[in-house]
Amino acid sequence: MRLRIKAKKKMGAFSMVLNADISGDRIGIFGDSGSGKSTIVNLVSGLLQPDNGEIFLDDECLFSNQQGINLSPEQRRIAIVFQQAMLFPHLSVKSNLLYGYKRCRAEHRSIKPEALIDLLKIKPLLERGVNRLSGGEKQRVALGRAVLANPRLLLMDEPLSALDDTLRFQIIPYLRSVSEEFNIPYLFISHSITEMQLMADQILVINNGDVLEETTPEQLARSRMARSQNGYLNLLRLAEPVDQNGLFSYPWGKNRLLISTGNITGESLFELSSREIILFKKHPEAISARNLLECTVTELFDSDGRVGVVLSAKGEKLIAEIVRAAADELTITPGSTLFAAIKASSFRKLR
Amino acid sequence: MTLTTEDITAIWLSLQVALTATLISLPFGFATAWLLVFKTLRGKVVLEVLVNLPLTLPPVVIGYFLLLLLGKNGWLGKVLAETGIQLIFTWKAAVIASAVVGFPLLVRSIRLGMESIDRQLLDASRSLGASWYDSLMTIILPLSLRGIFSGSSLMFARSLGEFGATIIVAGNMPGRTQTIPLAIYDYTSSPSSTTMALSLCLVSVVISVAVLLLHEMLGKQLDRSSAL
Repeated sequence: MRLRIKAKKKMGAFSMVLNADISGDRIGIFGDSGSGKSTIVNLVSGLLQPDNGEIFLDDECLFSNQQGINLSPEQRRIAIVFQQAMLFPHLSVKSNLLYGYKRCRAEHRSIKPEALIDLLKIKPLLERGVNRLSGGEKQRVALGRAVLANPRLLLMDEPLSALDDTLRFQIIPYLRSVSEEFNIPYLFISHSITEMQLMADQILVINNGDVLEETTPEQLARSRMARSQNGYLNLLRLAEPVDQNGLFSYPWGKNRLLISTGNITGESLFELSSREIILFKKHPEAISARNLLECTVTELFDSDGRVGVVLSAKGEKLIAEIVRAAADELTITPGSTLFAAIKASSFRKLR
Repeated sequence: MTLTTEDITAIWLSLQVALTATLISLPFGFATAWLLVFKTLRGKVVLEVLVNLPLTLPPVVIGYFLLLLLGKNGWLGKVLAETGIQLIFTWKAAVIASAVVGFPLLVRSIRLGMESIDRQLLDASRSLGASWYDSLMTIILPLSLRGIFSGSSLMFARSLGEFGATIIVAGNMPGRTQTIPLAIYDYTSSPSSTTMALSLCLVSVVISVAVLLLHEMLGKQLDRSSAL
């Protein structure tokens, strides 16, 4: 999918000047509240008309004031998953799911409702009214409804921000798997770097209605490390732990990690802040932290005066954050060997 | 309770006038409320004032304006007379008077219902392939039903009690244009007819209570179906 936007939009005091040409199937739009992320959703979907400019999706012109083209939302085949699920309250779950499907032309109907319902695990909910669904169920139904409209692009406008952390990370696999299974590219809008790391391959960073930069989730997380409340968040997918003195011992590449929480079955997703990693030049004699990994420094980067240390622990990547003085004292350079100490309780289980 | 044949005719005529006025006004009331809530229009304030004007004007004034408009020498009356349509001093004039007087109540209720609809529901329906008309019929209309029922009940009740405008444009002809309020008015001018007047008052109360009960039942039914 290729999206080209060159458009201006003024709404009261807010003015947006968009100039972006981005390709990929998993694109993130990142920005703080009020930066204009949702305006992009409205402009691309046709719910809002630019003052001037043009918008192309692949080779099709969706809007061009010079050519006098402005496809209506229903002509664009771009579905939206909203922050609040926005299910139609007077319809059942089944009728909500089929709303877009019934309006989709027969030649575009490539997704079978049964397959999607199975994938989203919403079969038991079909006959219910939407007011009897939990937040996570509502968002799954909203996702299913959007996908069943057989769109050529899915716009996800902060679909997780109304959910608590537990639900948020339960929904993410559905968002990704639905897109991959049915081959639907998406724009994922969020102000969370963790969500961007899990959902996007490329990111447009928006601020005050302008495109600041085009970057990758990794670069975004690194550049915001010092400013973020929790630093750089290392995301670890771990599975099949064994019990070790009341702790979960997870294989992590050729290493083992001792973690205080976990699941015996299935894969778990953990978050580890770069600030929770303590670096030692030499092997410490005795230490209370349950994880001590011998690492090689592969890269150093600067983030607003802090130093990000990219470590390789037997091939597995980890990023630690230290202050400049500590980096100078330890004389860290790429290729140095260090020991990283991590407490078992420093890992936060997301899913 | 004593009711004469003319009283029974007045009761039936009142119901007929109120029902016809409500049914005829419904599509216009719905369209006006939709324009006021969902559309950005120049001169919206003028439309708002026009819609609400009958609420503040004395009904007699409304009746007089209608007489000027629909009378033999009125702007519209002339055109209608040429096509052989006579409205003034017929039950149809009573319908028009009731419709004009009750219209603001209908629009206000429907508008309240529409204003409670989240705009993003409409955005969702449009992005799912619905045209604006499809959205109107499948999202706005069903979600405005409560307002439509409330507005219809209010307008029906208001039409049943309409007096001032009706007596000017439809007259007070027993068996032809006399509605319940006009019949009660006739009885009150004669001291011996107190029982007759009270009988019609009782009928009015019964009809009004029935309308309110129906309104409540429909409201509860809607609540139940949306909670499923």
